Amino acid sequence: MAENSSLVRSTPAAMAARLKRRYAAETRFRLAGITAIALALGFLATLIFTIFSNGLTAFVQTSVKVEVAFDPEVLGIGNDRSPDALAGANYGQVIKESLYKQFPTVEGRSERRELVGLVSSGADITLRKMLAANPALIGTTQSVWLIAGDDIDMAMKGHISRTPGADGNRLTDRQLGWIGDLERQGAIRKGFNTTLFTTGDSREPELAGLWGAVVGSFFSLSITLIVCFPLGVATAVYLEEFAPKNKWTDIIEVNINNLAAVPSVVFGLLGLAIFLNFFGMPRSAPLVGGLVLALISLPTIIIAGRAALKAVPPSIREAALGLGASKQQMVTDHVLPLAMPGILTGTILGMAHALGETAPLLMIGMVAFIVDIPASPMDPAAVLPVQVYLWADSPERAFVERTSAAIMVLLFFLGMMNLAAILLRKKFERRW
Amino acid sequence: MTAQTAAASLADRRLAKVSSRDVNVFYGEKHALKHVDLDIRANEVTALIGPSGCGKSTYLRCINRMNDLIENCQVTGSLSLDGDDVYDKKVDVVQLRARVGMVFQKPNPFPKSIYDNVAYGPRIHGMARDQAELDEVVMSSLERAGLLAEVKDRLEEPGTGLSGGQQQRLCIARAIAVSPEVILMDEPCSALDPIATAKVEELIDELRENFTIVIVTHSMQQAARVSQRTAFFHLGELVEVGDTEQIFTNPQHPLTQGYITGRFG
Ligand SMILES: Nc1ncnc2c1ncn2[C@@H]1O[C@H](COP(=O)(O)OP(=O)(O)O)[C@@H](O)[C@H]1O
Ligand SMILES: [Mg+2]
Repeated sequence: MAENSSLVRSTPAAMAARLKRRYAAETRFRLAGITAIALALGFLATLIFTIFSNGLTAFVQTSVKVEVAFDPEVLGIGNDRSPDALAGANYGQVIKESLYKQFPTVEGRSERRELVGLVSSGADITLRKMLAANPALIGTTQSVWLIAGDDIDMAMKGHISRTPGADGNRLTDRQLGWIGDLERQGAIRKGFNTTLFTTGDSREPELAGLWGAVVGSFFSLSITLIVCFPLGVATAVYLEEFAPKNKWTDIIEVNINNLAAVPSVVFGLLGLAIFLNFFGMPRSAPLVGGLVLALISLPTIIIAGRAALKAVPPSIREAALGLGASKQQMVTDHVLPLAMPGILTGTILGMAHALGETAPLLMIGMVAFIVDIPASPMDPAAVLPVQVYLWADSPERAFVERTSAAIMVLLFFLGMMNLAAILLRKKFERRW
Repeated sequence: MTAQTAAASLADRRLAKVSSRDVNVFYGEKHALKHVDLDIRANEVTALIGPSGCGKSTYLRCINRMNDLIENCQVTGSLSLDGDDVYDKKVDVVQLRARVGMVFQKPNPFPKSIYDNVAYGPRIHGMARDQAELDEVVMSSLERAGLLAEVKDRLEEPGTGLSGGQQQRLCIARAIAVSPEVILMDEPCSALDPIATAKVEELIDELRENFTIVIVTHSMQQAARVSQRTAFFHLGELVEVGDTEQIFTNPQHPLTQGYITGRFG
């Protein structure tokens, strides 16, 4: 009897020991969880910190004040004032002459080349625009802020050393001295980098902008949305509301779920084979990019759409049918409007996913170097993630910060889209 | 069956608004309703009572063919409305459901305005030629459902914002807006408090004048209060049907007796 009871009821000491072990196990379990979360947060923080510390400076750009003499002889236009002549004038020479005049002590070919390197090789565009807007400036001398060369910009931002002779310094001692001179004269400054948000890509980092990629992404996503949304909603409605439940619809359902898990690069190959090789659509065009992204987003939207339709309570369907509504009336008048917030949320998330896709677009040639801002979805264009990829691949130090800036812009758009999805979901949460 | 009862049954059938003979319902393998012969008279309230799962809802849903929506649900036998076979291939369910309205157990107004809830049926059936006529239909339906006084100042507010009892009366208004001949009610008061229940019961009694009503109820008091005829179902079979008074005071079948005296249920 005594033996028996010891089997059933353990002694207080044994019980305490077991309890202690249980608590210890629980503590370990929690600790593991907290460690995992801390680790994840740590990685995220490092990522964000790296991107911001690298990229924030890309939003400002150094420029140099130069006293520019618009001498018609140097411009090489003589007495011609026609827009054509102004467009073809030799602004580069004007900048050179002006710089020589500003630093009269500089002599010799290599020294002069170093001096000219202070301003960007694309600075002449500024002057061309000035004259096009106001030809009366010809013959006068103006103080103009010209975009600085990328190495000067990097030095001003502290990304490369300003100590003469430091390791890996791409600036000569003379150039560093001139920067010092300009600083003392107040002729060098950092201002908001409008170039980044108004121009397309460029080989020169200080002239490279994201706008071409933003427009390209916009066109691509518009195509994706136009194709995906009606197709996805129609498929979801048919499968959820009208299709008979049989072997075939089961197979279709399984396949849609599988499609959502297919690596996106495969869709890129599919797009290459179908849209480019078979239909002969233009390469690098947002039209094709959008279609490929539509293939990728379609399963997501269908799955989200079906989930949203399924969430509409049967009582609403019964109410409509009980009144004598046809099945189609039931869907269009009641079920679809109620499911729409969910469908839209799914669509936005699908679009956000598409916005970040890179690999499939490389397959269809959206990786070309494109300077022009696309005017239509048929024009060659880059998209934001591909721009990140292209810049990340460029050797210039100034592209490092621009890469991070491009990532920040991409993350900003992704964040806005996710925010829109969250707000939509909050606003329309279950109203029946 | 004697010649006399056969003749009586024939007369019944002619009187009946809804008449069913040998109706069987199968959910896949499950034989849920067995050989039901039941006549429902016009302008009367017929109560269907019986323990849970005995097939009351199933029978009700046969009348407006809501069972069509359930996959692998099969109905056999003959069921007619005003002598026309409800399950005839030529019958359009949309039209049938305009003639046979339904009110469900849980109030299920559309998440739309009170006005739109009531106006939906007349709209899809093209019953109003213009806005004024539609207004008229909506107002009179709300009036007949005894809801107008409570909601006339907030017709644009969502129907889902009403109390449970008001929602159920809104659903009744929505059903009668289509001017059906028969209204089916599946435990319409089971989600309501006693006061709301009393209002709905009162309403059912008034509606009897213009509609034929079939009501499934779990409450025997309710059956006694609102119905003229009562049908008792048990395990998928119609055990007994008769005048409510007779069923409650002088049940013929021992099962009926057992149920109404509360020995099972
Ligand atoms: N959709 C369905 N599929 C399968 N069986 C069902 C379905 N609906 C009801 N049944 C079965 O049919 C029988 C009758 O159900 P029901 O008519 O809902 O009973 P009641 O309304 O009298 O409680 C029950 O045994 C129930 O389990
Ligand atoms: Mg029931």
